[in-house]
Amino acid sequence: MNTQGRPTQPTSEGPTRRGSFTGNRALEMEEALIFETGRPGTTGVDLEAPVAVKSRLGAHAREGEIGLPGLSEPEALRHYVRLSRKNYSIDAGLYPLGSCTMKHNPRLNEKLARLPGFADIHPLQPVSTVQGALELIDALASALLTITGMRAAAMSPKAGAHGELCGMMTIKAAIAARGEEKTRNVVLVPDAAHGTNPASAALIGFSVRAVPSGAEGVVEADAVRAALGPDVAAIMLTNPNTCGLFERHIVAIAEATHEAGAYFYCDGANLNAVVGKTRPGDLGVDAMHINLHKTFSTPHGGGGPGAGPVVFSDRLAAFAPVPRVVREGDALRLVEHANGDEFGRMAAFHGQMGMFVRALAYILSHGADGLKQASEDAVLAANYVRASVSDLMSAPFGDRHCMHEALFDDRWLKDSGLTTLDFAKAMIDEGYHPMTVYFPLIVHGAMLIEPTESESKASLDLFIMTLRDLAMSALAGERERFVGAPYHAPRRRLDETRAARQPILRWMKPAPAPME
Amino acid sequence: MSEIRYTKDHEYVRVDGDIGAVGISDHAQRQLGDVVFVELPALGAKFVKGAGAAVVESVKAASDVFAPVSGEVVAVNAEVDAEPSLINEDALGRGWILKLKLADPSELDALLSQADYDAFLETLE
Amino acid sequence: MRYLPLDDSDRAMMLNRVRAADIDALFADIPVDQRITGLVELPKGAGEIEVERALTRMAARNVAAGSVPFFLGAGAYRHHVPATVDHLIQRSEFLTSYTPYQPEISQGTLQALFEFQTQVALLTGMEVANASMYDGSTACAEAMLMAHRLTGRRKAVLSGGLHPQYADVAATLARMADDEVVRLPLDVGAGEDLAAAIDDQTSCVIVQTPDFFGNLRDLAPIAAAAHAKGALLIAAFAEAVAFGAIRPPGAMGADIVVGEGQSLGGALNFGGPYLGLFAARLQHVRQMPGRLAGETVDADGRRSFVLTLSTREQHIRREKATSNICTNSGLCALAFSIHLALLGEAGLRRLAAVNHANAVELAERLDAIEGVSVLNETFFNEFAIRAPREAGGLVEELARRGIIAGLPVSRLAPDAGLDDLIVVAATELTTAADRAAYATALAESLTSGRDR
Repeated sequence: MNTQGRPTQPTSEGPTRRGSFTGNRALEMEEALIFETGRPGTTGVDLEAPVAVKSRLGAHAREGEIGLPGLSEPEALRHYVRLSRKNYSIDAGLYPLGSCTMKHNPRLNEKLARLPGFADIHPLQPVSTVQGALELIDALASALLTITGMRAAAMSPKAGAHGELCGMMTIKAAIAARGEEKTRNVVLVPDAAHGTNPASAALIGFSVRAVPSGAEGVVEADAVRAALGPDVAAIMLTNPNTCGLFERHIVAIAEATHEAGAYFYCDGANLNAVVGKTRPGDLGVDAMHINLHKTFSTPHGGGGPGAGPVVFSDRLAAFAPVPRVVREGDALRLVEHANGDEFGRMAAFHGQMGMFVRALAYILSHGADGLKQASEDAVLAANYVRASVSDLMSAPFGDRHCMHEALFDDRWLKDSGLTTLDFAKAMIDEGYHPMTVYFPLIVHGAMLIEPTESESKASLDLFIMTLRDLAMSALAGERERFVGAPYHAPRRRLDETRAARQPILRWMKPAPAPME
Repeated sequence: MSEIRYTKDHEYVRVDGDIGAVGISDHAQRQLGDVVFVELPALGAKFVKGAGAAVVESVKAASDVFAPVSGEVVAVNAEVDAEPSLINEDALGRGWILKLKLADPSELDALLSQADYDAFLETLE
Repeated sequence: MRYLPLDDSDRAMMLNRVRAADIDALFADIPVDQRITGLVELPKGAGEIEVERALTRMAARNVAAGSVPFFLGAGAYRHHVPATVDHLIQRSEFLTSYTPYQPEISQGTLQALFEFQTQVALLTGMEVANASMYDGSTACAEAMLMAHRLTGRRKAVLSGGLHPQYADVAATLARMADDEVVRLPLDVGAGEDLAAAIDDQTSCVIVQTPDFFGNLRDLAPIAAAAHAKGALLIAAFAEAVAFGAIRPPGAMGADIVVGEGQSLGGALNFGGPYLGLFAARLQHVRQMPGRLAGETVDADGRRSFVLTLSTREQHIRREKATSNICTNSGLCALAFSIHLALLGEAGLRRLAAVNHANAVELAERLDAIEGVSVLNETFFNEFAIRAPREAGGLVEELARRGIIAGLPVSRLAPDAGLDDLIVVAATELTTAADRAAYATALAESLTSGRDR
């Protein structure tokens, strides 16, 4: 029996915060670069010796060192575990990023994507050996068409922006088929649109004509009619839009667009608001990309990979790119070469299969009832947050309900001398990733909050109370909390000016010290 | 004393004889934030009034510099190329961006004087 | 529903706060005629058991590469990914984090990207690399556009050794942008005269090494020919492991290097997600597409990393951006970086040596079969064979015999008149028994075909 006790309560001795020898702060660790800790001769992978052969490298053999560091397995594991702990993530907390739909990433989806029958198959295996893969792609395409009310799908785009490019290329091909590619070279884009919209149009030679958003935050049909003309190929609208509002004049806009001989491209980034409530196909959309990494829960991975399949109306289906999956009797096959009006190819192989598995698992798990419930909960959660802070934070389009994301501006901060950025950085200290800031560009100091359907009420309530505390603190003039934030994150505010003026984009071996 | 005139796009031109030094106003540099890079035109490039002649970049923004008057580029400021911060520190002086040989000095009449520009800025608040 | 935490009493309280009579009041902006009551054509939600059963059944209908002797490459390569890699990329903080736009709470991702960019630059022999593109084929097309911006010209010359699908993607983009593309015919023997195709309207020439048929190409003379006409050399690759054994494009005068990184850290995944690698000269960095992680300091003077030079990108420049790319291939870049950190210099060289040796041994076996000839003088881990019969049917027959024999060239190039060619790959996962089985099966197929 141990009879020797020890103190079990903290004393009040010592400063609240003191430094350390290592620079570490208990679990929060400073971690050097692999180039500083790794060694060229070390390896964490054991491989058998190569069989002896006569080299067929000819004169192309590598000379000299590459300069790559190596780590043993324990060193590598430790390095990346320590790095990971410096990151915020959805698994750790609410991520109110408007326009990003940071919902829960189900772990079943990770397990299924890793089944050897999905992960260990090559895209160019004989199609007789990959019928299950084609079946999955076909099933997902079919589900997406049902959800959107559209007619045909191109599954190959690798991300949302890639899908936008695919949609605009399809439109350009359709216009060329009518002989109008020289005359119809303008695309209408609302000033509130995500930057990828005009960027995608410009990549293929369209010039962009801005359409103003109306005073109520939505595009007015008259504004579109005024901008349409025989030189217009298409309009690109986001619905719900980047202000979090349903484009309620969309049907009239679609009609006017079609009457003018143009096509209607819809940016589907905000689809999470309307699944099971309406269908883009019924609204007059001709082409829409779907961000599987937003609406359909595939993980963001620190910046990708995503997937951006595109769904088309009858008007455009014939021009969609290769490849596509087709049914021939009992079997499925791939059409890999254009044999009709397909405009070409967006990428090698057949699309982001790994993300398809995850998205289909998500759709099957939710089903018709769950998908609709998810959209309803997403919209309800955003409105709950909005209604709970609208007395403190100003909204650009009045106190009216929103869809799946709530937009605020910085007018309410005007007298505090604080900016949207200051507010955002103070959120970090409270344990929240900031909301989307300074987007859309048409709203000054925009703050766009999208909680998603994955938050419990308790989580939403704490988030609301935190926003309120921060807002009241800002209005009360407690500047220090904001201008020096974040105080508690692994890093304080960074010198981004220096990063841009003196770019250091890779590690360089330090020059050896000169010999005396 | 060379006269300075402004556009409503916040460019200025400071004329000396038939050469005009072009840059962005103090208001503009404050809006942009820390300038990190300037995209300069080539010597000899000709611009009509209102054409994009240069681009000024900060960390979070990029802004076209439209030619306030028509002319041919006879000089670009190597100093702002090396030290973009000059545009923040001294936008009207050492932070000039390019010099145009004026094609039509009468175009200056349509531009704003310092007093008119200051009044214009008030309306923006 | 297990992913939806709100219950009906939560929803009632929330509706009350919002002052909406019911949930449909929040959807009132949807025009009445376009409202739907639900997705009646889809089945109801299913639990994990049913979903797993349904997808496992689909997966079981596929022949996994690891279950048979496997020799397919042609742009995607079957390598061993150490268990540590997949474990680490499934950590919550890597898997479920967003793009690192708030650097103070994203240093894990940003430092990993900085390390990745450095590794890619070292591997390719270039000065700077970006934080990834979607895949090799789209990286190649983006490099073409970058060359157009740098030279002010709009004509690209594509080598006949470029992967046909990479060429298709570049040609599609060029046609859509009203640019010109000169596509040299498929070049099995790496004997094409590229220099003759370059003139003073050429913005870039795009050459792959190891090429689609596996040939190793000396890029130095092509770089010289391109530069002499004011054009740029874009080097492409599909097998990153090759640079553990062969001279990198940066050492041969390439101006931009693009390629596929799937070989390191990535499973075959039926074609995606893959990993686009993009490297260039520092003087051209402002015309590079994609994200860039850079080094700086924070308010306390500590070394930190941040996305930088963002004014190239779509969220700032919009229609004047260098590219429209937003989401890239971040997690795949992390997997690549971890795998390469585990390999290190010594491990990568060993891995490359094993790949080459296995391919050479296989080539010798196949070349020895009557009627079959290996066409390459040089290769790394992939080569082309000429068969005495139509290759597509032969590969199907070998599949029935349980061998995934490689790519019949006609699948990607049906009109090239190369219907008797198969592109064959071998990696560290190809065992001696596999290689023997392939040779035996091929010999048997050809013999039985002849006897018919």
